[in-house]
This record gives sequence, structure tokens and C-alpha cells, in this order.
Amino acid sequence: MSAAEAGIVVVGASLAGLRGAEALRRHGYAGRLTLVGDEPHRPYDRPPLSKHVLSGELAPDATVLPERAALDAQWRLGHAAVALDRDAKAIRLADGSVLAYERLLIATGAQARPWPAASGGALAGIFTLRGRDDAARLRTALAGGPARVLIVGAGLIGCEAASCCRDLGLPVTLVDPNPTPLARSLGTWVGGVIADCLRDAGVTFHAGAQVLRFAGDASGRVARAHLADGGAVEADLVIVALGATRATDWLSGAGLMADAGGVTCDGACRVLGADGTPCPDIYAAGDVARWPNPLYGGRLMSVEHWGNAVAQAAHAARNMLAPSEDQQAYHHLPAFWSSQFGINIKAVGLSAGAGADAVAIVQGSRASRRFLAVYGRAGRSIAAVSFDQARWLPAYAEAVAAGQPFPPIRDASDQGGFLAMAPGFPPPRAAPTPIEAHHG
Amino acid sequence: MTDPIASAPGEAAPLRVVVDLNRCQGYAQCCYAAPGAFEVRGHEILFYDPAPPRARRGEIERAVQACPVRAISLQADRGDTP
Repeated sequence: MSAAEAGIVVVGASLAGLRGAEALRRHGYAGRLTLVGDEPHRPYDRPPLSKHVLSGELAPDATVLPERAALDAQWRLGHAAVALDRDAKAIRLADGSVLAYERLLIATGAQARPWPAASGGALAGIFTLRGRDDAARLRTALAGGPARVLIVGAGLIGCEAASCCRDLGLPVTLVDPNPTPLARSLGTWVGGVIADCLRDAGVTFHAGAQVLRFAGDASGRVARAHLADGGAVEADLVIVALGATRATDWLSGAGLMADAGGVTCDGACRVLGADGTPCPDIYAAGDVARWPNPLYGGRLMSVEHWGNAVAQAAHAARNMLAPSEDQQAYHHLPAFWSSQFGINIKAVGLSAGAGADAVAIVQGSRASRRFLAVYGRAGRSIAAVSFDQARWLPAYAEAVAAGQPFPPIRDASDQGGFLAMAPGFPPPRAAPTPIEAHHG
Repeated sequence: MTDPIASAPGEAAPLRVVVDLNRCQGYAQCCYAAPGAFEVRGHEILFYDPAPPRARRGEIERAVQACPVRAISLQADRGDTP
């Protein structure tokens, strides 16, 4: 098959892959289109997995995504891409088959960071939560009525899982090295509100605690976690919620700038070769893509959120079909949502990742758990978060995107005075890495 | 290039719905247009059925139209991914 006949291959059949394929068709691409996915499932939506699927309100297979354009695609599902040969313009799949491409869109996303087997990760009853099969297994285990659920990691997924488990009436212990939940994404000042929610919901929260290893019973099932402070938590079901690593293993040996933090692209989402020059026929989008975002001075970042998968895939698809002199840069203001403990949380911008030095409530109050808070850095507004005040958020998102003063809106008739607080972000992790806006 | 899991959609296949919850502002118009398929919990958490039965197609389409921020996507017809 000639390269032109091979057409466009999209590797990754989740949200970014699907939305990228739709955009290719919407922009008039009429050639051969192939989607490759490691899971046997059609593209499905992930956010409900850690909420309504765990609670049992939705079946794990209920969240198949709608197609927003006729795809007329070939589907290669259930076989991961395992290698990329740029010289041959072909990828190899896990079943040994080889798939030629004319142009390639990399949208392989990320995978849950597992607990190491050497410290008990292979025991029965230890789960991660990323895909639909993970959610189905975990849901079945939760429905079996464990004596105590231990959740390791109080990021968004860990907190959402804790909220679901309490809704199910299960005893829950949540462990995190930081002083509050959501400390890395929202800071301890805002995270303290969720700490209060945890307490009210009856979750046992071990702040500043670190799990060293898991120990099992005679049948090889997890029985307890040993903590760094010498304590232990008895638990027969463990959810490891320690974020994700980018699915780039299959690209090792392809001569690209790719590692566990993502595959590096230029501003137009073209993947960079190891020598730093963009590959004209390979693009990336979604969780796996690391690109210089013009909204942050061209700093390299990857954004592991739903909205970025949608927008970046559409942008990359547009550029894939455009001539080389019309490659447009991808600007993106990160945004995410979560719901937990009955609160709708929505955020825009980068707070810790962009060095927030202050936070202030600009609508509502922390005590009521209904508020809008703005994060500032050096007198500019850089991010905003809403707790059950979503309708205010678009106005602040505009102010954040425009880099307006902190706080940006000062004289609304329903506002009180402002008190800027320290946001309380934990110190960065040891190794300096490019920015990651993540859901962990 | 056979599809290992293709199956005939048939009239019984559910609709497919997804809501962009970044866009959603909690106006709850979908809940009036299609009660039972969309529901607001607490102050503004939208819970919805991503796979409503085909018999609800009319009301789901009204919900799509009623959303002031155009956050709801619906696939009612057979597509590539039955």
C-alpha cells in the first residue's frame, strides 16, 4: 500500500483520538482513516468512571462517546501500538501486524501510575482507576462490601473515589503526603475546604502520611498498609490514586523527543524528532502531548484534562490538513471540573504550575463552601476556582486569559473586601520537570 | 481490517450523550426538557444518562436545543461505532 493509500492513522481511541478523527472529517479529509486503540472498547468518556460508575449509578459500558461527525473509519481495537518506524512510515501493533500511515496523530494518552510490586503492589485487592475495565473491577469489589477502603493519594481521583465510597456507606481512610487534599492542584488553603468535607463525610484523612508498603494475608490479599511514621492502616481494598504517566513506551526507539512526561511537540502540535526538528507528518494531542503554550510564554506543558483532549485534537487535525506555511499555534487555557461531597468544583488557568503566590475569595465565602477564588502571581490573575459558583467562572476565565490584575474584578456590588492569602502549594517534586496540569 | 467488535445497532441501541461540563453553567434547561435523563444534584452538579433509551430521542433533542451554552452532544443515528 502506498503512503497516500495508507491515509491518516490515529493512535489512541479515547477522547482525543475520537475528536481528532471527527475534526479531520469535518475539515474535509476524505481519505483512509484508521483508529488504533489498546482497549477493545469504542471511545468512551472517562470522567464518570470515578463518580457514577463507582457508585453503581451507571454501568461501566454506558459512557460510549457520541460521534459528532460521520467517521467512515477503520477500527483496530484491542491491540496496542508497540513501535513506530518513521523511515518505513509504519507502526507495529501488539498482534504483530504492521500498519502504514501517510500522516499520524498520536493520542495514546496516559496510564495510571501503579504501586510497585516490590512493595506489595501485586497483592489482590489493590486497584488503580483509569479505564473502563479498571472501573468495572473496582465497582465489583466495592459492591462486595470491603471492611475498609484505603485510598492512597488525595488528588481529584482519590477524593472523588472517597466521596463515592462514603456514599456507599463504606469505611474509608485517605492518605496523602500533603497537609490537605487537592494540595497540588488547588493549594492547601482551598484544599482545606475539602478536608472539612472529608471529616463531615466520615472519611479518616491521614495528612502528611506516606505509605511504604502493603502487606497481605495468607491468601495473598491485601490486609494493611505500613506508613512511614511507623503506623499501619488495616484495609482489605486499596485504591492507588497517584496520577498518571504518559503512554509513550511504544515511541522509544522512534527517534522522537518522548519520555514518561509526554511526547514533545512544536507550537503547532507537530512532534519533534530527537534533533528538535518537527516531523511534518506526525502530530500529537491530548494527555500525551507536551507543547509550548503561548499563553504561558511558550513554556512546555502537557494538560491532562478533558477539555484539552477535545481542543488540542481538533487543532492538531486542522494543522494536519493545512499546508506547512499555515501551521497555527495551539493556545490553551487549562480547565477542569470535579464533583465530590456534593460540591461542583471547576477551575481555569494554572495555579501551582504557574507559580501562584496569592489566593483570594472574590465571591461567596469559604465557610459556606460556595465561593469563587482567584489565584494571583506578582499582581496578575493566573487562575480561578469555583466551588458551586460556576456561573461566575467564565468572567474570571477571560480575566485570567488576559492576565488582568489580581484580583481582576473589584467593585461588583455584591462583593466584599478581599483578603489575599498564601495558597499553600507543596514544594515541587524533586526532579524539575516541565509543567503538568494533571488530574492526579 | 475487520472490526472485531462490530455489532448491528438495531433500534434497541441506546442513544449516546455527552455533556461538556467545562461549558455547563448549571442553567438546568436540559432537566426541564428531558427530566429523568438530566438531573441537577446539590447546587449545580449535573448528573445525566450517557446512554438513554432510543424512545427518549425527542426529549433529548429538545434538551440539546434548550442548552443555552450548547454543552450537550447527542448521537442518535448510526455512526461508525454502533
